Amino acid sequence: MDPKKLVKMANDIATFFDAEPDRAARLSGISGHIKRFWDPRMRLALFHHLDQDAGVGLKESVIEALTVSRDSLLPKP
Amino acid sequence: MYSTKEPDAGTPARVSSQLVTLQIDGMSVTVPAGTSVMRAAFDAGVRVPKLCATDHLEAFGSCRLCLVEIEGRRGFPASCTTPVEAGMRVTTQSDKLAKLRRNTMELYISDHPLDCLTCPANGNCELQDMAGVVGLREVRYGTEGENHLVGTKDTSNPYFSFDPTKCIVCSRCVRACEEVQGTFALTVDGRGFQSKIAPGPTDFLESECVSCGACVQACPTATLMEKSITDLGQPDHSVVTTCAYCGVGCSFRAEMKGNQVVRMVPNKNGQANHGHSCVKGRFAWGYATHPDRLKHPMIRAKITDPWRVVSWEEALAHAASEFRRIQEKHGRGSIGGITSSRCSNEETYLVQKLVRAAFGNNNVDTCARVCHSPTGYGLKATLGESAGTQNFDSVDAADVVMVMGANPTDAHPVFASRMKRRLREGARLIVIDPRRIDLVRQPHIEAEFHLALRPGTNAAILNAMAHVIVEEGLAREEYIRQRCDLPEFEKWKRFILEPKNSPEALQEATGVPADQVRGAARLYATGGNAAIYYGLGVTEHSQGSTTVMAIANLAMLTGNVGRPGVGVNPLRGQNNVQGSCDMGSFPHELPGYRHVSDPAVRELFSTTWGVPIDSEPGLRIPNMFDAAIDGSFKGLYVQGEDIAQSDPDTQHVTRALSAMECLVVQDIFLNETAKFAHVLLPGSSFLEKDGTFTNAERRISRVRKVMPPLAGYADWQVTVELAKALGYPMHYEHPSQIMDEIAALTPTFTGVSYERLERLGSIQWPCNAQAPEGTPVMHVDAFVRGKGRFVVTEYVPTPERTSRKFPLILTTGRILSQYNVGAQTRRTQNGAWHDADRLELHPHDAENRGIRDGDWVSIRSRAGETALRAKITERMQPGIVYTTFHHPDSGANVVTTDNSDWATNCPEYKVTAVEVTPTTKPSDWQKDFQRFTDAQAALMPQ
Ligand code: SF4
Ligand code: SF4
Ligand code: SF4
Ligand code: FES
Repeated sequence: MDPKKLVKMANDIATFFDAEPDRAARLSGISGHIKRFWDPRMRLALFHHLDQDAGVGLKESVIEALTVSRDSLLPKP
Repeated sequence: MYSTKEPDAGTPARVSSQLVTLQIDGMSVTVPAGTSVMRAAFDAGVRVPKLCATDHLEAFGSCRLCLVEIEGRRGFPASCTTPVEAGMRVTTQSDKLAKLRRNTMELYISDHPLDCLTCPANGNCELQDMAGVVGLREVRYGTEGENHLVGTKDTSNPYFSFDPTKCIVCSRCVRACEEVQGTFALTVDGRGFQSKIAPGPTDFLESECVSCGACVQACPTATLMEKSITDLGQPDHSVVTTCAYCGVGCSFRAEMKGNQVVRMVPNKNGQANHGHSCVKGRFAWGYATHPDRLKHPMIRAKITDPWRVVSWEEALAHAASEFRRIQEKHGRGSIGGITSSRCSNEETYLVQKLVRAAFGNNNVDTCARVCHSPTGYGLKATLGESAGTQNFDSVDAADVVMVMGANPTDAHPVFASRMKRRLREGARLIVIDPRRIDLVRQPHIEAEFHLALRPGTNAAILNAMAHVIVEEGLAREEYIRQRCDLPEFEKWKRFILEPKNSPEALQEATGVPADQVRGAARLYATGGNAAIYYGLGVTEHSQGSTTVMAIANLAMLTGNVGRPGVGVNPLRGQNNVQGSCDMGSFPHELPGYRHVSDPAVRELFSTTWGVPIDSEPGLRIPNMFDAAIDGSFKGLYVQGEDIAQSDPDTQHVTRALSAMECLVVQDIFLNETAKFAHVLLPGSSFLEKDGTFTNAERRISRVRKVMPPLAGYADWQVTVELAKALGYPMHYEHPSQIMDEIAALTPTFTGVSYERLERLGSIQWPCNAQAPEGTPVMHVDAFVRGKGRFVVTEYVPTPERTSRKFPLILTTGRILSQYNVGAQTRRTQNGAWHDADRLELHPHDAENRGIRDGDWVSIRSRAGETALRAKITERMQPGIVYTTFHHPDSGANVVTTDNSDWATNCPEYKVTAVEVTPTTKPSDWQKDFQRFTDAQAALMPQ
């Protein structure tokens, strides 16, 4: 999956949840949305981008959310 | 006139708690106060002769045929205009009455051509009938005197003709156009004997007429007559079914001669349309038997190979073996399916079942992705259910109507007529739309506020309105305390009161003066019952879901949810887009909007279906395209959708489709997507199958088969056969059994069955033990989710910005006579009104660029370029241009970008930065498109 697109999609989600003042709620909003709506291969590709390319282009809140919720977001093999 | 099957009570029903008892021809009858004597007689089983009265129009009292005698009254009052009174004694038949009626008929007939035997209305003519009823046996006046027997027939409308020589000037047509349709296209010119009916100074086609057919239906003679009846004669039977075009879901009688449709007449008992229709459902059904219909399955190995006609068995076996081969090589998730919002609930259900049970993944999506997916998300998050809150009838109780990003007179015409009637009765109107849509100013209607915002600033306008309501203390605190989640409300309230959300702070972005926003907010909050109607102008934005939630916030804030006259009403586009969503067409949800990660729900389905259900969400349509280009997605089963034309950024889509190893397209025509297919399965039209559609008000209505499927199978049967070929047999003999399975698995559908639909006519879900007859208005005592949830809806400008290179904003939409990608309507005579997509722009923008009306112009965006003819109009604001997407060669979606809603990936069709310049030639894309189309046509079997 084109990482540029995934980055944009993840950032768009974060833009919505960034309005949430509470940090925990903000991060779980982002990771929850990704978990509920993204096909596992998209989540994998996003983590790949995060791990291999230091998540270039990703908003700070996305990186935080992915880091906090890595276990639940990564598809079970 | 009405179908012969439908009795006509003469005047409209009245609703009153006060009942009145009277005697008619010695029989006692009790009716609501305000009922006419004519209608009371009808209730008592007495048919009073009539010509100018019909029960869907207010009585007018001009023909004098319905005279009666009333004890104690002088003269002979007209029964259609005389209201009942308690104790009245009415006589409908006497020698004197008979003589008077005969004299009246004699005058009519003396000025009427006596060509009954060859008249198209023969067999269904009220004038003929009345001559018989009153016993007219001679006409003493010759035709030598002044008469109307010479006149020119107006045949300009493609579907009906107007023969003035047969007109009896009963004005039923004029009243139908005003009262039912609300268009005011017809007038009675002249007075007395000179009076005649005219569609303005021109013919019908050039007039204001929108060809809804209401006047034709109202006409008691052959003056206004469907050309299909003139050509084919009167029907011999009729079948009640549902229109397959828009989300209004009008009920029709298909009037038939054997297997041939001769006319579609709106069903008077239809609960969505109450006997009204628009040009599409009423007249544009000819596509169903168009020569372009696909009649044989075909296959080919590569899209550059010629198509080979094969048997159904071979086509299905080939598709199944290809799908399995791909899965073996690329994994279970490498294939998927797309369900159709034009197919029935049962068919959609089967396609998602096939994907989940036979493919073994959740890669299923539907065209709602590109239209109302934000509605599903936004309403579920705030109110708890992914659907509109009201029935259409609710508008009759609205005091304030707010229309946002919708153009109902074009896209939802029959509902628009209802809404217009309510507006003429005095309801007040707010329109939020960048364009001056027709509703803003109409005969007897004027929007009190038209907030002509800049595209992409919907969330800002709604936030500003909510800011005003909270700041000025207009919120319904009590309602909120009782029904909403208070901590969430408090959080939202702090957000909305921030100065950045004031109309003054936002007017720079929205382009709407703050005082107008304040005025509209005050009206919405304090004008009585306020109802919001919205369309794709809300959803098809990068903030689509945010805007839907902002709408729900506004409605909760003002207590406008949970009773008739209010609510949040998405006007859904396609006939069954609500249904396709309900049926589990989304990759994250099983039928009834239940997430695939819920183990209890999965357990329910896997027990019934006998296979495990994947707990991970699948790919959405745009993700499928990306995965195809990436190489992890190789096979797709598309039922009745044309993603190559309807989805944004055409070049990206066609790249994805070209990367497929097995694309199976099931459709009634060789659509744009089919040009990239390896297997073609002929589809069936709505006339060829049984099933149900669910309209925008959650109303489930029956679709009934009136003719056999042209290619042998109904769409649901094809899916059953494909599943069998994949080794997953499904056992259904009739769609009613599929509905039984849906009902057994879906809590909001447990009470739905074909038997109950037969009995009730239609059902609005939820229909279950708590609501055995369905639910017209939702969230009555409490919100479905428990407490209503206010969501913080920060306005974020779209990333699609204008620049020096792309200084204009393009927005897209549709018009009345064409439907969506046009596959159906382009194959009818509706082209008389719209033969090509045009680019609408403001005179100022045109002048700056040296563009004249009708010139070819090139439209260029960051995604691509196309060329169209220009239409210069003051409807547009400067800086904004507009086009429709009904014709594939227009390439409107070559220009649209891949920006999308943050929550659902619904594409941002409504905002694209473009430049428009004069041109003399088609764009490169259009040339390529033409070459490809010609090449594909040459590959079809001759
Ligand atoms: S077809 Fe409809 S719009 Fe046209 S004149 Fe008749 S009633 Fe009016
Ligand atoms: S056209 Fe038909 S409905 Fe209209 S006035 Fe003439 S007879 Fe009556
Ligand atoms: S309003 Fe919609 S459902 Fe009704 S006839 Fe027109 S297209 Fe069909
Ligand atoms: S039907 Fe009553 S006056 Fe014509």
